[in-house]
Amino acid sequence: MIAVELAKLVRRPRTWMSIATICALPLVVAIFIAVTHLEPPPGQGSAFLSAVLNEGQLYPAAALALVLPVFLPVAVAFIAGDSIAGEASAGTLRYLLARPVGRTKLLIAKLVSITAFTTLSVVAVTVTSYATGVLILGPSRAAAVGVAPGGISSSIGPGAGGAPTAGLQSGAAITSLSGAPLTFLELIERVLGAMAFISVSMLGVAAIALFLSTITDSALGAALGALAALIASEVLVTLNAASAVQPYLPTRYWLAWIDFFRQPIFWRDIQHGFAIQAVYVVVFLAAAWANFATKDVTT
Amino acid sequence: MITTQNLTKRFGRVEAVREVSLDVREGDRYGLLGPNGSGKTTLVRMLLGLVYATSGSISVLGEPIPGRARHVLPEIGALIEQPAAYPHLSGRANLRLLDAAGPHSARRTRRRRVDDALEEVGLAAIDGRPVRAYSLGMRQRLGLAAALVRRPRLLVLDEPTNGLDPRGIRDMRDLLLRLNAEGVTIFLSSHLLPEVSALCTRVGVLDSGRLVLQDQLADLQKPTGRVLVSCDEPERAVALLDGLVERRDGADLVVRSADPAELNARLVAADVPVRALAQERRALEEIVLAVTGAGADQFGARAPAAATPADPSPVADPAPVADPSSVADPAPVADPGDAP
Repeated sequence: MIAVELAKLVRRPRTWMSIATICALPLVVAIFIAVTHLEPPPGQGSAFLSAVLNEGQLYPAAALALVLPVFLPVAVAFIAGDSIAGEASAGTLRYLLARPVGRTKLLIAKLVSITAFTTLSVVAVTVTSYATGVLILGPSRAAAVGVAPGGISSSIGPGAGGAPTAGLQSGAAITSLSGAPLTFLELIERVLGAMAFISVSMLGVAAIALFLSTITDSALGAALGALAALIASEVLVTLNAASAVQPYLPTRYWLAWIDFFRQPIFWRDIQHGFAIQAVYVVVFLAAAWANFATKDVTT
Repeated sequence: MITTQNLTKRFGRVEAVREVSLDVREGDRYGLLGPNGSGKTTLVRMLLGLVYATSGSISVLGEPIPGRARHVLPEIGALIEQPAAYPHLSGRANLRLLDAAGPHSARRTRRRRVDDALEEVGLAAIDGRPVRAYSLGMRQRLGLAAALVRRPRLLVLDEPTNGLDPRGIRDMRDLLLRLNAEGVTIFLSSHLLPEVSALCTRVGVLDSGRLVLQDQLADLQKPTGRVLVSCDEPERAVALLDGLVERRDGADLVVRSADPAELNARLVAADVPVRALAQERRALEEIVLAVTGAGADQFGARAPAAATPADPSPVADPAPVADPSSVADPAPVADPGDAP
């Protein structure tokens, strides 16, 4: 069933249009920066953006930071919200279940397919933005800037709070946020780590949307419901008064992928991030299962 | 093949299906009839494990549903209300995808089975256009092909002729008859009486969720003991068959007689030119309307139409005649073409 769901994902035009849209945003940003040479001042704007004028190879990191807060979760919420509700309203759900496809199997296959979509999007953003960075913003000029990423992680992690330390390094070495140089291999490892972390970060939204998708027959309703939960979470994360619940919010550790670009990698928030997503997946997948397994399919 | 015992389904306060005990036998062509909203679709969905019964039990191919649905459903081909497909894919791609889902599907034979199924339903030469561009009839054929891909032992079809043109309906009927001759049991639900009477060997009638009738069609349509005669010089015939003529409408007579051959001999012996002569049988419409009330899509409806006699011209005693339409309907098996 997983293979069938993946085939459906790949053969659906919508999948590629979403990914193209997600990839387009960093491209547009890169063009503006390259034309105007106006980068956001260090410490402001999206993470890494201020560094990319000097270091085109860092652009994938900046691009991921651009699509993470809105584009990627919106796309994931819509795909996940559509997963069951879309099949229900199109009528294909009853034919799948009468095949028969086990309901539990179907839910898991859907979640795998959503995760595949997320990973595909992240890979596509990374690859296209690397190309963009090298071609438009120019190849490494042997300069790299340590950036304080948008003030978000300024309170966490050693070495994050300092002012940006520009340093000319020899060769093509790129500096980590902590100022120590990274070899090209290390950079690749860390980009891969960040990609994996961001893919996993979307699982929480996906599980919420999937759960809502089993409740309603409206794909749009399920997607918007999940987005509402997401926006609420993003609001609460920045609200001091909500500090009691903040560690449990799905978006709380979203930006922890930046810690992959410290030297050494700062693991604590990354681990928390993985853990909280795992909890969301277990809870909402169980809820989706409990609702869907006993549901009368009347559409 | 399908048996249910006191099957009941309640949606909130609405009892969609009440105490239904179906009995579909191997080799049957079973037609489930009933007005809109009488519970046909809910019943079909319960048989396929899509809707869970409130009480009662279901057994399909000898196995309990939904408990052993995983083992039973691969042997069933189903068309549930409208067909459904992924609109951006071709028909062929849809069938392959659907076949790949679920257990017991041989990948090796998939391509051939899909092509065979498309050929069966008259879509053999279909091109790669997406289902989005299909007409209603093509979608219906594709839906039936999807039911046939696994070469099922039992076909469960909910309104299979929806959206088909007259030729499509004829093709569908021929196909089902052929499959049935090859040993496939067919269970279909419909509110199209002509379809059912042309195809089925056995019927069940649902009304407000209750199974109000279940019998062999041939038994239900036994001769009524009356003969429909159409002749020149009807006055002479009436005089000759003194007292046996129950009704007369122009040249058409309804004659009480158990033996049409004997009646014919009498008329011919008296030199009455007989144009047509046939045993009266009850039309399926009449049988169904007699046992069902107004459909659930009617509110405050009048009494069922069958109870309203609109007798053209009574000759003798009109009281025992239950069927006004049969006068104008001298076909040996009451023509189903008069159904709505």
